[in-house]
Amino acid sequence: MTACDCCLRRTALLELLAPWIERAKGPNRRLPEVLALPDGELVKALCGAKRAAVDGRLAEFDPARARVRAQAAGIEVVCRHSPRYPGVLADASDAPAALHLIGDGGLLERAARDGAVAIVGSRRASPYGMEMARSLGRDLAACDVPVVSGMAYGADSAAHEGALAAGGPTIAVMPGGADLAYPSGKRGLHERLKTSGLAVSEMPPGMRPLRWSFPARNRIMAALARMTVVVEGTEGSGSLITASFAQDLGREVGAVPGQATSPLAAGPNRLLSDGAAVVRSASDVLDALFGPGDRPGPAPAPGVGTPHPALAARLEPRLRRLLESVETGIGSVEGLAEGTDVAEALAGLSELEFLGFVRRGPGGDYVRRV
Amino acid sequence: MLACATTFTLLGIDGIRVTVEADIHTGLPSFTIVGLGDAAVQESRERVRAALVNSGFDFPLRRITVNLAPADLRKAGPAFDLALAAGLLAASGQARPERLAGHAFCGELGLDGSVRRVRGTIAMADAAATAGCEGIVVPRDNAGEAALVGGLDVIPVGTVRELASFLGGDGPPAAERLDARGWLAADPSEGEDFAQLRGHRALKRALEVAAAGNHNVLMMGPPGSGKSMAARRLPSIMPPLSLGDALEVTRIHSVAGVLGPAPLVQRRPFRAPHHSISAAGLVGGGGPPSPGEASLAQHGVLFLDELSEFARPALEALRQPLEEGCVRVTRAQRTVCFPARFLLVAATNPCPCGYQGDARRQCSCHPSVAGRYRARLSGPLLDRIDMILRVEQPRAKDVMAEAEPEGSRTIRERVLAARAVQERRLRGSPAACNAHMTHAQLRRVANLEPAARAALHDAHERAGLTMRGHDRVLRVARTLADLDGSDRVLRRHVAQAVAYREPPPGPDAAIAGVFV
Repeated sequence: MTACDCCLRRTALLELLAPWIERAKGPNRRLPEVLALPDGELVKALCGAKRAAVDGRLAEFDPARARVRAQAAGIEVVCRHSPRYPGVLADASDAPAALHLIGDGGLLERAARDGAVAIVGSRRASPYGMEMARSLGRDLAACDVPVVSGMAYGADSAAHEGALAAGGPTIAVMPGGADLAYPSGKRGLHERLKTSGLAVSEMPPGMRPLRWSFPARNRIMAALARMTVVVEGTEGSGSLITASFAQDLGREVGAVPGQATSPLAAGPNRLLSDGAAVVRSASDVLDALFGPGDRPGPAPAPGVGTPHPALAARLEPRLRRLLESVETGIGSVEGLAEGTDVAEALAGLSELEFLGFVRRGPGGDYVRRV
Repeated sequence: MLACATTFTLLGIDGIRVTVEADIHTGLPSFTIVGLGDAAVQESRERVRAALVNSGFDFPLRRITVNLAPADLRKAGPAFDLALAAGLLAASGQARPERLAGHAFCGELGLDGSVRRVRGTIAMADAAATAGCEGIVVPRDNAGEAALVGGLDVIPVGTVRELASFLGGDGPPAAERLDARGWLAADPSEGEDFAQLRGHRALKRALEVAAAGNHNVLMMGPPGSGKSMAARRLPSIMPPLSLGDALEVTRIHSVAGVLGPAPLVQRRPFRAPHHSISAAGLVGGGGPPSPGEASLAQHGVLFLDELSEFARPALEALRQPLEEGCVRVTRAQRTVCFPARFLLVAATNPCPCGYQGDARRQCSCHPSVAGRYRARLSGPLLDRIDMILRVEQPRAKDVMAEAEPEGSRTIRERVLAARAVQERRLRGSPAACNAHMTHAQLRRVANLEPAARAALHDAHERAGLTMRGHDRVLRVARTLADLDGSDRVLRRHVAQAVAYREPPPGPDAAIAGVFV
């Protein structure tokens, strides 16, 4: 075990003080600044009169038992005094004391050394947002760039799925303990991430997340990555908080443009107007990170059944017209059949599905595959 | 003195002969009815006594015993009143017993001596004709439906006095035989018409395909998008009822007590039960068993709006009618079979708030909730649904663009042409339409061109078509080819049918092991 006692104690203190931190939440959803305080002052600031009881509980903390608990959960603990602790995290004053890892610990070093990309977005992403997150995750992982995200519903999970599908590196920063699948609906993905990727957390094993756990996790995501890409998000979305952490740390921020009329595009579009990098594909990300032409671009046709972009130009006219309509965002059959025969439109959409240009979503509407 | 009158009771939708034996002896005045009658039958005593007295007849103050034979068949309902009155009049010497022979008597009595309508008269008349009765005496309000049955006289009576006149030999004349064909010939699509659906071009086309092949349909869309309006108009493009089917529907509705003022049901029924309905209400049950909504929708449309809100047991109960076309209800060693062959049209929201995938409004559901909601549409019911359509509220320009939408009559002609092809093809087999073909028949008649076969292969490889979905796509493709007048199923027919298949579950649908 490379984690030292005081870092383990700090971690335990966070779990102990979790309800107090919850109450001390800053304005909106910002992380309370108290996290930067050292142990003694943290207790004093949060607990006030009750600090004696808390100090007593803290004195009972047994590092050996904590190590056993971590080992039992299959967790490796890396504290900030360890040479393996990623330097990119160490800068901030509220850097996590200890990181709990399940999976390929080497990914942490790769992320720090070679540069990782955080892909974040709304939990209720549209089919377009899911498609973009998935393809970005896939293409970046295919180029061996670690994909960092939070395993939440929506865009986060889509990014992880894309990366895993490409057989590439991906890191999930968990809001609770690294061994706790949160949300529980993503348990399957969590298992695969533990096996083929890395799950990491600041929190001790088994801890359930509270509301402050999410911005806390987001700051780690932003710090681990060289660039944070926001795929979709409404104005109040948590993914924008991750982006602002990245900005504070001086990292690159990218955003996927969306339709101006869509509420989910409000976040990324505002970031773009404030100067974020435009991300239309993984190439844009690589260009932003490494400069144009510095690394080989993603291989063409990386996904099963996704056709080469050049094939789109060779489609027969009626299919090309249909595809263009889908690309402008019309997803329903009624809308796509406008101006043409319904039977023709239906047959054409199926043909586009067979060729891999479009995908039919759970609501029965069509979206362009990337 | 003993007198016997014939009547009929209902078992399922069939009439069963019951003999009312009325016996009057000297002894302390009493009035007993035996033969496993229910509460209504026991209450007959009060009704018959008052009706006879108020009609000016004597009610014998002696020992009266009435037996409803056969004694081991449960009797229920007030329809025995008339036969009871007839038997008592004869047994008390106020009417000639010979007049009871050869006729059946069915009807409920009011205390004032009036004769009230009862359920299932057409079934009783049919059973009476089969049993060889020369006539049946029925309430005036039921005379129309009874007159649909050939082979016996129908004598309508409105009061006990008229009954007595009949028994005396100069009662009301027999009712005219009804011209059922004439009734049916009236245009069934008055009222709801496809021309009233403006802007739903893809939906209308899909319903035309459904009507042509008799395919069950699920519509998914936000609230207010027109699902219910469209479903209501589906019967107007279905082929008109044949005489036999109309008589069967009339019988079921009469037994259930929902027959309208017209004696014959002329249009295909449209039943839309509320989602709070129980399994028994949906498929039939109770004691004595009565038909459920599924049977009332026989030869018509059963519309289940808000499918996800229906209780699981109710939906499970639909399995038998969907698979076998009938509902079997067993009560005390007797099994009753209610026919239930209907076109199922279901409607659901894509998610609890209804707006997932909507172009205009944002879905406000938590992703796991939306996934679980989708997962409830599972298994056996979905297996029976050949077409799944997305329905949206039409935009203003779609509504404006369709200045003169096609009327139901025009669409029905195409449907009829396609049905004719199917009937010719399936002559001699129990199935009469593509949706009811067996797997073996489907393989034989599919007649796919090579490009169509390739399209099916592509659908499996690239579009997530499952083995379970394969047959459904093939059936719909066969109907599309029939509508096109094509003997072979072409690639474009398969491509369209694939677009009607079940959409894939969303990424968050596989939750806690519940898979669609």
